[in-house]
Amino acid sequence: MSAPVASPAAAPARADAKPLLSVRDLRKHFAVRGGILSRVVDKVHAVDGVSFDIAAGETLGVVGESGCGKSTTGRCILRLIEPSSGEIWFQGADVMKMDHNALQAMRRDMQIIFQDPYASLNPRLTIGAIIGEALIIHKLVKSRQEMEDRVVQLLETVGLRPDHMRRFPHEFSGGQRQRIGIARALAVEPKLLICDEPVSALDVSIQAQVINLLEDLQEQFGLTYLFIAHDLSVVEHISTRIAVMYLGRVVEIAPAAELYDTPIHPYSEALLSAVPIPDPTIKRKRIMLEGDVPNPIRPPSGCHFHTRCPIARPDCSQRAPLLEEKRPGHWAACHYRE
Amino acid sequence: MTEPLLDIRGLKTWFKTDDGMVRAVDGVDLHIDRGETLGVVGESGCGKTVTARSVLKLIDMPPGRFEDGQILWQGRDLIPLSMEEMDKIRAKEIAIIFQEPMTSLNPVYTVGDQIAEVIELHQKLSRKQAIAGAAEMLRLVNIPNPQRRVHDYPHQFSGGMRQRVMIAMALSCQPKLLIADEPTTALDVTIQAQILELMQEMKERFGMAIMLITHAMGVVAETCQRVTVMYAGKVVEEAPVEALFGDPRHPYTQGLIRSIPRVDRSAEKKQRLEAIAGTVPNLLDPPPGCRFAARCKFAMDVCTQAVPPLKEVGPGHFVRCVL
Repeated sequence: MSAPVASPAAAPARADAKPLLSVRDLRKHFAVRGGILSRVVDKVHAVDGVSFDIAAGETLGVVGESGCGKSTTGRCILRLIEPSSGEIWFQGADVMKMDHNALQAMRRDMQIIFQDPYASLNPRLTIGAIIGEALIIHKLVKSRQEMEDRVVQLLETVGLRPDHMRRFPHEFSGGQRQRIGIARALAVEPKLLICDEPVSALDVSIQAQVINLLEDLQEQFGLTYLFIAHDLSVVEHISTRIAVMYLGRVVEIAPAAELYDTPIHPYSEALLSAVPIPDPTIKRKRIMLEGDVPNPIRPPSGCHFHTRCPIARPDCSQRAPLLEEKRPGHWAACHYRE
Repeated sequence: MTEPLLDIRGLKTWFKTDDGMVRAVDGVDLHIDRGETLGVVGESGCGKTVTARSVLKLIDMPPGRFEDGQILWQGRDLIPLSMEEMDKIRAKEIAIIFQEPMTSLNPVYTVGDQIAEVIELHQKLSRKQAIAGAAEMLRLVNIPNPQRRVHDYPHQFSGGMRQRVMIAMALSCQPKLLIADEPTTALDVTIQAQILELMQEMKERFGMAIMLITHAMGVVAETCQRVTVMYAGKVVEEAPVEALFGDPRHPYTQGLIRSIPRVDRSAEKKQRLEAIAGTVPNLLDPPPGCRFAARCKFAMDVCTQAVPPLKEVGPGHFVRCVL
C-alpha cells in the first residue's frame, strides 16, 4: 500500500530552543498474519510518518483516540518497539543507529512510565528491589547501603514512606503504584520522561495527586516530558505544546492554550468539543463526528480524516495534506483551514 | 409529590469474604422520578455499581447479601421477590447496560438473536417478528444497514457500535428505567459524545428515566438533572445538578469537582489541581463517624465519632456533613 503521506519539509520546532529530542518521519508498520501458514497478509500503519521536536524542559502532550499510534510512537522513541523507518535524534545522537550498549546508556537519560501500575511492577520484588534495580544496572551506586539511601530518598521524593521499600507491589493502591513507577524512572536521573497514559487508570482525586507530583518533579529536576494521553483536559493542563494524532499521523501541533482556544484542524476541533465540561451552566455547540475511526489496516486515502470530516471536499481523498506552519508555532495538516 | 419510580431506602448490600464482611453499600437512600436522569457519581469502590446491580438483584448471593433496606419499584419492594418475579421486571420495566459492551454480549449468537430473545421473552411474538423488531431497534439506535447487521456477530461491531447494540437490546421492551453503568467509560471521547446523544434521544422518545452511574463529573454535568454523590458505601450529597456544581457542600464533592483539569479554562492555566490527599478507607472495617474524615481538610473531633445525618441545605439539596 502506498498512500501519499505527510512528511513536513521543515521541522515543527520552537525556534528559540535546540531540541532535546527530534523525531522525523517515524513509521512503524506491524505485520498482520493470517491463514494456516501465518503469512504476512497485510500491514497496520500504526505510526505513519510522525515528526516533532521536544525542547528541553517543556512538556509535549500527545493526544488522540484508541489506535491513533500515540503509545507506539512513545515506545518507538525508546526503541522498546523497533521502528520501521524514520529518524530519532536524542541529545544530538542518532538513536536509530545505536547498538545494544549505546541504547542502554541512552535509556539512562530517557525513561518511561506506563498506564497500568498493576502490570508494570514485578509482583515478586520488593519496592526497594524494583527501584534499586536500575541503580545497579547503570552502576550508579557502590554499596548496598548507598543503594538503600538512594531508594529512601526517591521514595520520599514521590511522597511515599521509607519503610515502603520492604513491601511488595500488591500492598499498594493504584495511585501509590504509579508513584513507585515514577520513583523507578527517576532513579537514573533521566532528562526525558515518556509518560504513557500515566493517570488513565486512576480515580480523579488520585489522578490530581499524580499530575501535581509530575509538575513538582519537572520543576525540581528540570525534566522534559512526552505526555501521552487520551484525556484532553489532562493533556491541556500539563502540556506546553500539544500534538494531536489521528490514524498514525500528527494532524496538528500547537502551544497548549492556542490549540484549545483556536484549533485549526477539524479533527482537533471535534475532539475538543466532545470533551464534557463539568459545569451544567455552560452549553456548547458540539461538533458531532459521524461513525468510527476507520480500520488502520486500510486507512482512507488522501487525508486519513476525510471520511469523517465535516468540511471535506472531493480532493481530500486524493491528496494527503502536509503538516504546515499555518501560524507561528502552530502546525496543522489540512488543505482547507488556514 | 407523586410517588417516585424507584425509591431505595437504607439499602445495605454486604459481601462475605475470607477477611470479613465488606460493607460495599452501607445505608444508601436514593430515588428516581419518572422521566428524569439521575447521576450516581463516586470513585472506584464507592458502591455505585453494587447499588445499581442491587436494584435488578444481579448480585451473586452468596457472597453478597441484602443486610437491610428496601428497594421500592413503583411502591413495591423488590428485595423479597423470587427470581421468577424479578424476570418479569428485568428488561421489561428496568433494563441495564454495562461498561464493557464486548463482555456483556454473547459472542456465539448474532446480535439479532440476542435482541430477539429479549423481545420474545416479554412480548408474545414469533421468531420472525422478533428478528424484525430487533432490526427496527438497531435502526433506532442509528446502526447503518440494520437489516443486514442484525445477522452479524458482536465481534463484527466496533466498541461504540456494540454499545449501541446494548442500548437497542435494553430498550427493546420499552423499560421505564434504564440503568447505565459507566456506559461510555470504555469508549473514545468522540464516540462517548455519540452515545450520550443517543441516550438523550432515546430518553425523549420512550420517556424513560435513566440512572447514570459514572465517575466522570463532566458527563454528569451535561446529562443529568439530579446527582447523588457516593463515598465509601454511603451517599454524601444529593442535589439538582446546578446546585451540585454551583454550590457543592460536602468537602468530598468540592474536592471531586476541583480536582478535574478544565479544558474550558485555559486562561487560568497552570493553576494547581486540588488533589484530595490519601485514599479511600477499607470497607472491611470502615472508620466510625464520617467516612471521609481521614481525608477531609475540615475534619473535627466530632466527625470521627458519629456518622453525620443527611441534612437539607436547599431545595432538594442534601448533604451528610456536620459543617
